[in-house]
Amino acid sequence: MALKLPIYMDHNATTPVDPRVLEVMLPYFTEKFGNSASRNHEFGWEAEDGVKLARRQVGELIGADPKEIIWTSGSTESNNLAIKGVADMYKDKGRHIITAIHEHKATLDPCKRLAKMGYDITWLEPGADGIVTAAQVAEAIREDTILVTIMWANNELGTINELPQIGKVCKEKGVLLHTDATQAVGKIPVDVNAAGVDLLSGSAHKIYGPKGAGFLYVRRRKPRVRLTPIIDGGGHERGMRSGTLNVTGIVGLGKACELCRLEMVEETARLLKLRDKLDHGVLSQLEHAVINGKADQRLPGTTNISFPYVEGESMMMAIKDIAVSSGSACTSASLEPSYVLKALGLGDEIAHSSIRFGLGRFTTEEEVDFTIDKVVTAVKKLLELSPLYEMVLEGIDINAIEWGAH
Amino acid sequence: MSLYAEVGEEPQPRNDWALRIRAHENKPNTGVRIMAYSEKVLSHYETPRNVGSLDKNAKNVGTGIVGAPECGDVMKLQIQVDDSGKIVDAKFKTFGCGSAIASSSLATEWIKGRTLDEAMAIKNTEIVQELSLPPVKIHCSVLAEDAIKSAIHDYQEKNGLDHGDHDHN
Ligand SMILES: Cc1ncc(COP(=O)(O)O)c(C=O)c1O
Ligand code: FES
Repeated sequence: MALKLPIYMDHNATTPVDPRVLEVMLPYFTEKFGNSASRNHEFGWEAEDGVKLARRQVGELIGADPKEIIWTSGSTESNNLAIKGVADMYKDKGRHIITAIHEHKATLDPCKRLAKMGYDITWLEPGADGIVTAAQVAEAIREDTILVTIMWANNELGTINELPQIGKVCKEKGVLLHTDATQAVGKIPVDVNAAGVDLLSGSAHKIYGPKGAGFLYVRRRKPRVRLTPIIDGGGHERGMRSGTLNVTGIVGLGKACELCRLEMVEETARLLKLRDKLDHGVLSQLEHAVINGKADQRLPGTTNISFPYVEGESMMMAIKDIAVSSGSACTSASLEPSYVLKALGLGDEIAHSSIRFGLGRFTTEEEVDFTIDKVVTAVKKLLELSPLYEMVLEGIDINAIEWGAH
Repeated sequence: MSLYAEVGEEPQPRNDWALRIRAHENKPNTGVRIMAYSEKVLSHYETPRNVGSLDKNAKNVGTGIVGAPECGDVMKLQIQVDDSGKIVDAKFKTFGCGSAIASSSLATEWIKGRTLDEAMAIKNTEIVQELSLPPVKIHCSVLAEDAIKSAIHDYQEKNGLDHGDHDHN
């Protein structure tokens, strides 16, 4: 089969809805359109049944009781609810929160807002491998710490933090642990009890479900976590998140979780093979290319590779048939360099062109081969054009040069 | 287009591209849009003119290097000048976006065959116009103008020529 261009290699940004997910959603738009909160007629019951099944499906994927799932609009909202909700509910216990500098904006910004409101935030810095360790968390916990929020897997690097271990530390110290598991749920085994997680955010559109649907797991026993809601109204979702439920989205999210659970073993093996092929194909042909983040502690389908001495935007232009996400582009054009890559301590000439490849359920080997080929050709061409690379070949240390500003 | 019917009718096998391919059918394959580049930028980017290096130690060669890696752009532009003060060859290498590559490629094309004074007079606005650069890309053209001037200065300095008149600040 001929390749269809462009090729989608950005599954960490979002995923297409799996046709099997769409199929179960469709009746809820037209026939089973009831409000799941309508208690006294068939339409409401039907919708409620769909939501109930979805709760079970999500619960099964993450090892939670269905009653512990709070529906939201996605991980941004889930993170906000978890972080701000805990901060407010437990403010009399303490006002110290621990997070990391390379979290998603949906965690960083709520924490920054809390900092403005007088909370004390500890910003952990990952090692050069992108990992936040349990030892770092243990060291940062204080008497007045009320929450640790550390993501399970990083969206830009695919690196997996020391999750069961961080959970253990938090349990020992009696501190609540929230984890933004948006990138981990459905891709690697996630069990809230085994990992000692008290709150967990997930989003449907990262796992072949629809956009605008997500959940927050909120532990009900040992300990029973309480939250101050952000959205007040009809008291839906145990009062933690009011608003008529997005039944179609929730039904899709449930089905998406079920598919991920049933196919995880097989799909992980398939993706690992493709991802490793991509890594190897690129790295073996490009001497200076490097993987960002701990290579053997990453999500199966994600890889982030730096191409030193090549600039990001020209790189994106050269591989325009491949939809990827670039860590960076020229700052002068007011495109921000990636704070995640900076957190790893990467030099500018390296951080300037890093590409995240996100393989997914529908990625084929053919597409991976095409990608390897395009990337290698593009980088070789751009190295040919690069004055920095020329200097390196001449043995000049480009970091020692005093560059003028312009 | 009825996605509904098609999806509902039969279960879709795994890894089935049908759905996506249908979604693509109605639109021409334009690739991924990163930024709207003009035809001319694309042409210079795809087949840059005068890529390479001249011997920077030669007396008749002037080298200009402008920009900085942390800004995401470094441009090296070199000129070879004959006895009559005419630029007979020009080469460039650029680390930067497509517009920066195009600007420097165009610059080398323009200065070849010109006198130093003529080359010195080239303004970045002419590059902007020729390549139809959008406002966020103007600085790429400024870089190219700076690179020309810097190469000329280097040549003049090497050869003990006065360039006070042409000094830009
Ligand atoms: C790690 C992480 N957290 C949060 C989000 C935000 O999720 P959503 O788009 O569901 O709000 C994303 C996705 O962009 C993500 O990758
Ligand atoms: S080189 Fe900076 S935007 Fe063009």
